Amino acid sequence: MRTDDLIHALVADLTVSKTRLWQLFAVALALGAAVSAAAFFSTMGPRADFTQALHTIRFVLKFVLTLSLATTAAGLLMRLARPGAPLGWWRWAWLATPLMLVVAVAVELAVIPPDSWAPRLIGVNARYCLMLIPLLSIAPLAGIVFALRQGAPTRPGLAGAVAGLAAGGIAATLYASHCTDDSPLFVATWYSLAIGIVALFGYVAGARWLRW
Amino acid sequence: MLMRAAIAGDAAAYHRFLSALAPVLRSVARRNGARIGLSDGEAEDVVQEVLLAIHLKRQTWDVDRPIGPWIMTIARNKLVDARRRRGSRLTLPIEDVADFLTAEGDDGAMDRHDVDRLLEKLGERQRDLVRSLSIEGRSVRETAERFNMNEGAVRVALHRAIKTLAALYRKDEQ
Repeated sequence: MRTDDLIHALVADLTVSKTRLWQLFAVALALGAAVSAAAFFSTMGPRADFTQALHTIRFVLKFVLTLSLATTAAGLLMRLARPGAPLGWWRWAWLATPLMLVVAVAVELAVIPPDSWAPRLIGVNARYCLMLIPLLSIAPLAGIVFALRQGAPTRPGLAGAVAGLAAGGIAATLYASHCTDDSPLFVATWYSLAIGIVALFGYVAGARWLRW
Repeated sequence: MLMRAAIAGDAAAYHRFLSALAPVLRSVARRNGARIGLSDGEAEDVVQEVLLAIHLKRQTWDVDRPIGPWIMTIARNKLVDARRRRGSRLTLPIEDVADFLTAEGDDGAMDRHDVDRLLEKLGERQRDLVRSLSIEGRSVRETAERFNMNEGAVRVALHRAIKTLAALYRKDEQ
């Protein structure tokens, strides 16, 4: 087939698509998050003292961290999905979350006595945290990867890993409302590890399914 | 411009856009391809792969941004793939050499071999449809009449065939 012939075939295949890429992305993300939320609320749900906990800064900080990670990772993904799109400040925006976490850990270490460092770091729910955040990430990650397949990420592995961060951020937001370990020491250790596992899965999934 | 009109559904504009783009891609592919040891025939494969990607991924172009960087990023990506493919292919198939010797700077003869080989991997129906719409230059309606299908079914089958072609190129790498 000559190139001119191929062009004929491509022109014959021209259809108008009304859905924009970001719309598809938003829908996939929302659907994934909704599935996880449904699973979360029908099984464990938020902790009993949820409304009182909202008055404590450590509890609220967890949501600031997880939501900022989900938002910045999703924003970066929209750029990674388009060939040649400048990443701009999205390239660095996701670093805001680890940065805030480092500051929070430093403050925590300064305000609490050293003998409660270890109990706060180990917490009571570490194993659940490591298990449930990745589980709650499955649906959002699947949704994001599906949407990204309609995009064209030039670095599939990286895009998959960032998809993992976004999905992990969503899952951690849900889990944070259940988990009673609020210390930044706990969050920095176990939440990071759990989201790191999701990012690793995302990397593998991206390298496998996001090539085009 | 043309691509904006094309995305809005203007087939004539799309044809002009792709036809104008192909020579540009060809010179990019040959110039860069020569550096990584691609023959002109293989460079033409890259051109076709880039055209397929531009077609299938056209919604990833943000219409508010210049189109140049988008096209060049896709082209670079496909050249990198071609180099990888090249690296894993240790022996040079004799056909490539023969093509190279018989081709006289025209892109016609060289690219026929590779894509025809890919066309062979399509199902019979898909292959005949693609041939009818491309090499034989029939319209969707004429093709539909010829194969006794409705136009919608032809369009769906064509779209599948194009996606399959792009996937076959990709699989070629492994």
